[in-house]
This record gives sequence, structure tokens and C-alpha cells, in this order.
Amino acid sequence: MSSLTSSQKGELMDQVKQQIAVANAQELLTKMTEKCFKKCVGKPGTVLDSSEQKCIAMCMDRFMDSWNLVSRTYGQRLQRERSNM
Amino acid sequence: MSDFDSLNKNEGDAELQEFLMVEKQKAQVNAQIHEFNEICWDKCVDKPSNKLDSRTETCLANCVDRFIDTSLLITNRFAQLLSQKSGGGLQ
Repeated sequence: MSSLTSSQKGELMDQVKQQIAVANAQELLTKMTEKCFKKCVGKPGTVLDSSEQKCIAMCMDRFMDSWNLVSRTYGQRLQRERSNM
Repeated sequence: MSDFDSLNKNEGDAELQEFLMVEKQKAQVNAQIHEFNEICWDKCVDKPSNKLDSRTETCLANCVDRFIDTSLLITNRFAQLLSQKSGGGLQ
């Protein structure tokens, strides 16, 4: 591999970070759709009715709350395990 | 000049490698969070409402910690079983 200039390297790093962020958002979106469909659409009708739509909107918000809480809890656990080593 | 070149190249590679290692670790932690969230969402969240109530929050936090405990327990016991098998001869 030929060596990169520092600006090329910076660009590469930014690209990697961006691709990871996109992959993360996609994962969140996929999981959220799956879970909220399961929770909110009991018997699929001819349209998404307004109560289903409301449920889905709330479900999205709670799913993100849950993600953040899980993330915090896991982070604390990692720190505890590290300080026990 | 060739010394200079190779020095620069090595340094660049080290920096990139370091960067990629850190990003990879972050990605692994993130994937783990997605997995925990999926498991614990199914266990703890009933009908979505205006906010996560405190019971659900406690359940989610406990769920993550107990899942990790379970994983550690199973890993340790599994390792024990394996070492018993290889150390104590075949049954």
C-alpha cells in the first residue's frame, strides 16, 4: 500500500466513521420496524389506522429510550468489570 | 531519504491501525447493545406508552446485567465441563 498524505488519511477516517454511523442507523431502523410492527399491528387491515400510527410513533420513542438505557447500563457494567480486573 | 520514507509509512500505518482497532471495538460494543436491547425489549416492554415507567426501566437495567451474568456463568461452567472431560478421562 502506498503511503497516504495526512489529509487523505483524515478523509479515510471520516469515511469509515460515516459508514459505521450509517450501518448503526440502519440496524436501529430494522430492529425498530420489526419490534414496533409486532407490538402495534395486531391484525393487519387495509390501512394503518390512526391508533396503529399513534402506537408506532410512541413505540419508536420508547425503543430509543430503551436503547439508550441499555447502552448506559452496559457501559456501567463494562466499567465495573474493567475496574475489577 | 528511504529511511525517512519508511518511517513515515510505518507511522501512518500505526495510526490507521490504531484508529481502526478503536472503531472496531466501538462497533462491537454497539452491536452488543443492539442485541441486548432486542432481548430486553421483548422481556420488559409491554404496550408502548408516553414514557418508560420506572418498573420497565428497572427491568431493562436488570435484564442487561443478568444476561451478562448468565453469559459469564455459562461460559465458566462450559469451560469446567470441557476441562473435566479432557482431564478426567472419557465416561
